[in-house]
Amino acid sequence: MELFSLAIRSIFIDNMVFAYFLGMCSFLAVSKKVSTALGLGAAVIFVLTVTVPVNWLLNEFVLKEGALTWASASLAGVDLTFLRFIMFIAIIAAMVQLVEMVVEKFAPALYGALGIFLPLIAVNCAILGGSLFMAQRDYTLAESAVYGFGSGTGFFLAIVALAAIREKLKYSNVPNGLKGLGITMLLTGLMGIAFMSFMGIDL
Amino acid sequence: MSTETAEVKETKASEALFSKRRKKLISDPLIDDNPITIQVLGICSALAVTTQMQPTLVMAISVIFVMVMANLTISLLRNTIPSRVRIIVQLAVVASLVTLVNEILKAFAYDMYKELSVFVGLIITNCIVMGRLEAFALGNKPYDSVLDGFGSALGYSWIILAVAFFRELLGSGSVFGVEIYDGISSLFGGEFSLATNGLMVSPVGAFIILGLIIWVQRTKTGYVEH
Repeated sequence: MELFSLAIRSIFIDNMVFAYFLGMCSFLAVSKKVSTALGLGAAVIFVLTVTVPVNWLLNEFVLKEGALTWASASLAGVDLTFLRFIMFIAIIAAMVQLVEMVVEKFAPALYGALGIFLPLIAVNCAILGGSLFMAQRDYTLAESAVYGFGSGTGFFLAIVALAAIREKLKYSNVPNGLKGLGITMLLTGLMGIAFMSFMGIDL
Repeated sequence: MSTETAEVKETKASEALFSKRRKKLISDPLIDDNPITIQVLGICSALAVTTQMQPTLVMAISVIFVMVMANLTISLLRNTIPSRVRIIVQLAVVASLVTLVNEILKAFAYDMYKELSVFVGLIITNCIVMGRLEAFALGNKPYDSVLDGFGSALGYSWIILAVAFFRELLGSGSVFGVEIYDGISSLFGGEFSLATNGLMVSPVGAFIILGLIIWVQRTKTGYVEH
């Protein structure tokens, strides 16, 4: 039940895009067509669900203060927290590469669909943000897996919804200065208001 | 006039410290080629800190530092980095610099460190940093790269400071923590009080303010996206 409420919270209430502005770059750049938005969204769910638990393991057994006790008792006082950024981003880049190779080998159809989006994801702030939030909030392994999946799904929902709106927007007469980025920001704001209504859910 | 022409002659051998081309490197990203409003880069992490001016200023200074140093480092290393592993090298350089900023904040400004939380770390994936490294520092000399990084970071900074100014003024009725709304109402003998807009403090406010800033800015420069 705890896990379920965490999933709901990370999808709707603490939505990556609307509450924390994470992954905005790709959110704005890849939301022109629903089909590409679907591809990117799926890739983000996939990578977040994999990287957050892996980074949890890294954090728990290598980086945290006293985490290296399992290797040798003399390392109990070692605190490698300051290496967090470099290690997390390295893990993410490596995992993305690995995921890309595995998908290419075992699911060529999926690779065709996600193909170009996978490398882009290594530098998507939503992915690094997911891991950093996980470390900051002291999740357990199960919680971090659920959190990774939930926040990925939140991003997926947001980008697909925005792409759908932008497809319809082609037929409207937008002032010149607002075309493209401007109107998209305003739209995102309005969607954010809609998502704010989920805050009332008491979990 | 005569001194000016003399200078131009000199620059043929070695370019002046602030030649026209170099000034353009700094001034272009401020308005005409602004990383946020025109190139649509780096909106990712920074908007979250713009509820107040002070953390925004810290964030802006951090980004300026990281960008200038990262551009310098990559530019110095540009001939030794194999192009196949350049993304990893760039990430490693940027991540080291960000770690440095993070540790400095932790040591000397702990409150600010708490307030910015994960968003300092997210400078690593800020698209402007990676974008400038990829597009400029890899192919240009160190000094030019420093100027380019400084210009882009400055263009980014003034936009997020502008967003923060409006959000703090309308949302909390203050600027840099100085209560403006209270001051105005006490000027009139406290007969009325100005209401703050809670929406501006929430993320929604940032999207809308930035959308409006983009509108004004693009109308002025006449840039139209197709």
